[in-house]
This record gives sequence, C-alpha cells and structure tokens, in this order.
Amino acid sequence: MATKGTAAKKAAPRKAAAKAAPQKTAARAKAKPEISAEKSKMVGSVRRSFAPWTDPDAKPFILYENITKRFGDFTAVDDLTLGIYEREFFSLLGGSGCGKTTLLRMLAGFETPTEGRILLDGQDISKIPPYKRPVNMMFQSYALFPHMTVADNIAFGLKQDKMPKGEIADRVDEMLKLVKLEQFKSRKPHMLSGGQRQRVALARSIAKRPKVLLLDEPLGALDKKLREQTQFELIDLQQQLGLTFQIVTHDQEEAMTVSDRIAVMNQGKIIQVSTPAEMYEYPNSRFVADFIGDINLIEGTISSVSGGKVTVETADAGKLVVNQDLKADKGQTAWIAIRPEKVSIGLKKPAARTANVMSGEVWDIGYLGDVSTYHVKMPAGGIVKALQTNATRLVERPITWEDQAWLSFSPDGAVVLLS
Amino acid sequence: MNRGASWFNVTSVVLGFAFLYLPILILIIFSFNESRLVTVWAGFSTKWYVELFRNEGLMNAAWVTARVAFVSASIATVLGTLAAIALVRFGRFHGRTLFSGMVYAPLVMPEVITGLSLLLLFVAINFDRGFWTVVIAHITFSMCFVAVVVQSRLVTFDASVEEAAMDLGCPPAKTFFIITLPIILPAVISGWMLAFTLSLDDLVIASFTTGPGATTLPMKIYSQVRLGVTPEINAVCTILIALVTIGVVSASLVTKRQEVERKRAEAAAVRADEPELA
Repeated sequence: MATKGTAAKKAAPRKAAAKAAPQKTAARAKAKPEISAEKSKMVGSVRRSFAPWTDPDAKPFILYENITKRFGDFTAVDDLTLGIYEREFFSLLGGSGCGKTTLLRMLAGFETPTEGRILLDGQDISKIPPYKRPVNMMFQSYALFPHMTVADNIAFGLKQDKMPKGEIADRVDEMLKLVKLEQFKSRKPHMLSGGQRQRVALARSIAKRPKVLLLDEPLGALDKKLREQTQFELIDLQQQLGLTFQIVTHDQEEAMTVSDRIAVMNQGKIIQVSTPAEMYEYPNSRFVADFIGDINLIEGTISSVSGGKVTVETADAGKLVVNQDLKADKGQTAWIAIRPEKVSIGLKKPAARTANVMSGEVWDIGYLGDVSTYHVKMPAGGIVKALQTNATRLVERPITWEDQAWLSFSPDGAVVLLS
Repeated sequence: MNRGASWFNVTSVVLGFAFLYLPILILIIFSFNESRLVTVWAGFSTKWYVELFRNEGLMNAAWVTARVAFVSASIATVLGTLAAIALVRFGRFHGRTLFSGMVYAPLVMPEVITGLSLLLLFVAINFDRGFWTVVIAHITFSMCFVAVVVQSRLVTFDASVEEAAMDLGCPPAKTFFIITLPIILPAVISGWMLAFTLSLDDLVIASFTTGPGATTLPMKIYSQVRLGVTPEINAVCTILIALVTIGVVSASLVTKRQEVERKRAEAAAVRADEPELA
C-alpha cells in the first residue's frame, strides 16, 4: 500500500531539478554509474549520475567514525560508521527509537558521542559547541521563535554572525522569496498556517548557508498532499543551493522520493545504505525488505547455486529460480523476496515453459482504484500477494474470491535473502 | 440552549455572592461614614481618607509594606525562576527529589512555623531584626510560589526553541535572555505579582521577623483593630481593595484581548492558506 505510485513519480522532479542545476550533473558525470545486476541494465526506474560513493577516491564530507551513544543503560547508537558526501541528499530511515535522531543531534552538537568521533570536512567537530558548528538544523516542531516576526526569525542566525544590517535585509528578502512568504514578512509565527510555519523554519535554517542542513522529520506535521508537494520543493531547493542535506524520517515514501542514498537503521545500527532503487530492488535482509514497501517472503532451502542462478525449494510453490550471484551452500535456509507488483496473476495456467509458477486460492482482494492487490493462499498455507494495475475500466472476467489463480514471476524479479 | 434563570438558580447565585462580597461592601460603605462609630451611619463623608493621609503611623507602615513587597517579590522572582529552570531542565540530577521537595515545602508549611524558625535563626546569628529580616522572610516563602508558576510554564515550553537559537549561533547565556526569558515572561510577571501580593498580605511571618521601625501595614491594621475598628482602617482597606481590583481586572482584560487577537490571527492564517491549496 505504501509503495503505490512512488516509482512513477520519482522520475519527473529529478529531471527538472537537474535542469535547474546543470553544473551538478556535469560535475558528477565522471563518477561511475551505480552497480547493476546485469551490465546492460540499471537498477530501478530512475537514472542518476550523482554517485560519489562509488568513487574510491572521493572523501566523505561528513564522517561518523565508530560512533556509540549510550543514555544510561540504553544504547541509542551502536558502533556506527557512516560517510556522507558533499551535496548529497541523505536519509536516515527507521522506526522510532532506532537512533536516527540521536545521530542527527550529535552532528548538530546537542548530544555528545559516548565513543567515536564525527568529522566534518576532515575536521573533528566532537568538541565544538552547537553554536559554533557550520551546520544548521530544521526541527520537527519547527521551533520558531514565537515572539519574533517571520523576518526576525529568518534574520536571527545572521544577526548572531554580526552580518551588516543591509546584507541581513537582502538575505532575508531572498529567503522569503525562495519560500514564497514575502507577504507574511511581518507576521508572528502564531499567525501562520502549518505549511507556512514549515517554510519559515526551512528559510531560517538555510539563511546562514550552512555546509550541512539537518532536517528532523521536516514534513511530519503536514497533511499528505502538502507533504508530497513539499518533498519536491525540498529536492529543488537542495539542488539550487548545492547544500548537503541529512534528513531523518520514519516515512519510507518520503525517503525514497527525496534521497540520493538512504540508510535504514534498527536498534542503533545501520542495516543497509544504498540508493532508493537498490534498497527497493536489492534489500540485503528481510528487515529492509519488509521495512521498505510491501514484499512477499517465501521461505525455503537452497537446492542449487550455479551460473548466476539460485534454485530454492519451497513448501508453498516447489522449486523457484532466481537470477542472482549468491554465495550460499546447498541446504541453507533462504527466503525468496518478491514484490507484489512483480508477481503476475491470471486465471489461466501460464505456458509450460514459464518459470516460477505458483497456484492457489484467492483469499482477499484489496481494490484501491489504480491497483488491486490479490492475496492468494498457497496449498501449504502461505499467502502470496500479487499487485495488478487496473489498466482498463471494464474487465471481462474479474478475479473473485475463492477462484483458483495462477501466479508467476520472472527470475529477474526476485532476490534470495539469507538473513 | 438557554433554559432561563430558575428561582433556585437566582437565589443560590445571590446568596453565594452576598456571602463573598457583602462584608467587603459594608467595609467600603462605612469607610465613607461621617461618624466615628463604625456601626452607625451618619451621612456621607470622605474625611477619613483625608485623616488617613495625615496619619503618619499608617502612612509609614504602608510605605514599609510597599518596599518590603517590591524588594522581596523581585528577589523571589529571580530565585524562583532559577529554581524552576533547574527543576524542569536538568532532568534527573542527583538529589532532584529532595530539591523539589524542599522548594515546595514552604507552600504547605504553617506560617507560624516558618516565622518562628526564621526568628530563631536571626536571633541565633545575631542579625538585627528590621526591614531586611522581613524581606528575607518574605523571599523564602514567596519564592516557592514563583517557582510553581514559572515551572508550569516551562513544562509546556518547547526546549527545541532554545536549541534552534543555539544552532543558529547564539551562545547559551544569550539564548536565555533573548529567547527563553521573553517567552516565559508572562509567567515570570505573574509570579512576581503573586509574590508581591503575598508579601503585602502577610501578617504572621512579618510579626515574627520584624524589628523596631519596620512595622508593615497588616501589622499596623491588626494592632489598631485590637483597640477598636476605626473608620480610618476602613478607608485603608478600601484603598487596598481598589488597588487589587484594578490589578486583577486589568490583568484579565489584557489576557482576554491577547486571546481574541490570537484567535483572529489564526483565522486569518487559515484563510491565507486556502487559495494556496486550491
């Protein structure tokens, strides 16, 4: 349900953003393309040229080095190492209490690491107090100063830097224009709507042109429509200003939409760091597979591994084949992870040579308008979900409950997970 | 739905208000009495007010009271605000429970005990009793009221506002004065006003801790009443009532106006947002 429509929407804004900042595209063109499953194909539906993490010579702009943070007995961040590159839009994604906000607050200087150090542009910043760090943060609650006008809120950081008055006024006007709040200049925060407050908070946090902008659940308080619109505005802004953004979110759709790379965290550790497409198509564990989008996990044992093909013997569907280079032993427990939209469903038995055919009884149907999800119960009791786009309004013989349905997926569509 | 006023409701409201305000009303009326006898009405006159301003003893006492109240309220506000910040902000420091218990103890401590213990202290350290001992005594008991008022405001204060200020380059001490203090100022002011009123009002603790030349107005009134109520006392009390009434009414008017303005501004903000979403 949560994955609905993300892939299709992502293409447009990136293209538009790239036009707005052609220098970025040009500068990053030298970087190697992302790793791909096969030489002729790329992972995911969006082509990106910005990928400094694939360049072994590139130095991370922000480096968390063996960071551990404990609050009493509770370990919020557990021996974590992570590098973020200049001009990257990086997301920390995870459930509540996974340590993502603590990591962000350590970079801002509000928490000190128990162990390890944080390097910003090669400099150890662990000892620098928050008010001297070249990073700014946008708070989840916006944290606007209620007794100051919008303009004074935006000017606050510039005043602390003792910037000349004329320059402050110019910069404030520029920021107001950027977030389209010119006519609200002299309002107090309580005289603004939620969306406007969010934009004031954003303008205030970028007014000082920080090296890094930290965003703590920046869109959490907005309604769905406004949130989707603001996600694209954030991307455009980041490209326009050429800043490094580090965002914390629990919303995987948001992370998928805005990020260059995502780190999925759980219990103070990073489970996987990769681009949204790799994260979605090649999750490294069941945790990530299940956390990002919707997925079918079919348990089985590996019966053969050879020539880029893995065969898994499952109770639900017999032998299933996946095209994957995998280091695994015969007899090892494994899970076939297949996204519902990559499973096709039909009432007729597929042609004899089709790979990965399963059959079962239609158990539940979720009709969402644009797509329908069919929950099919396998003979051994497992449920496999198939997603079908409702491409036409009229259907000759719709699938109904208790129908015997045939499912199949391509060996390229699934991944085998060992953990 | 308005059901109108039943006889029962009207009666209970009238009785209730009469119980609360009739004694005060009688006091005010008799302050304008011509006669020296407090209970016999002999025609309207303001002569007791004139007399009052000529009564040096009462005027001195009033002046002492005002000074004690001002100084003690101001110091109590500073100390009480600091205590409130320590209690709210520093989380679970060592001895927090003891500290918070000790801050609140004077709230429930019988005044006689507070007064007596302070008296014993001043005697023990051989501190000359007078204006400053009353001030110190008033600070000790009104400080905790300030702490309670300010603390309740700080609990709802979003600490990330301070973090945002620091994040934007403002050092912690400056943040307190230009961000935190302006935001919690209404609570600090009402804490000050509470401390001021408590000090004006206090009889017991002041009687224990005062010395020669530092007689407060409540003490003066009390000692005069023991010799019989005079219309002068009625006049003093009427002035006090007038001051308190003006204070309370203007404070509530200001709050009400702010509320109305806030609501109007919020409505305007929502209206301004609508075309954007369309």
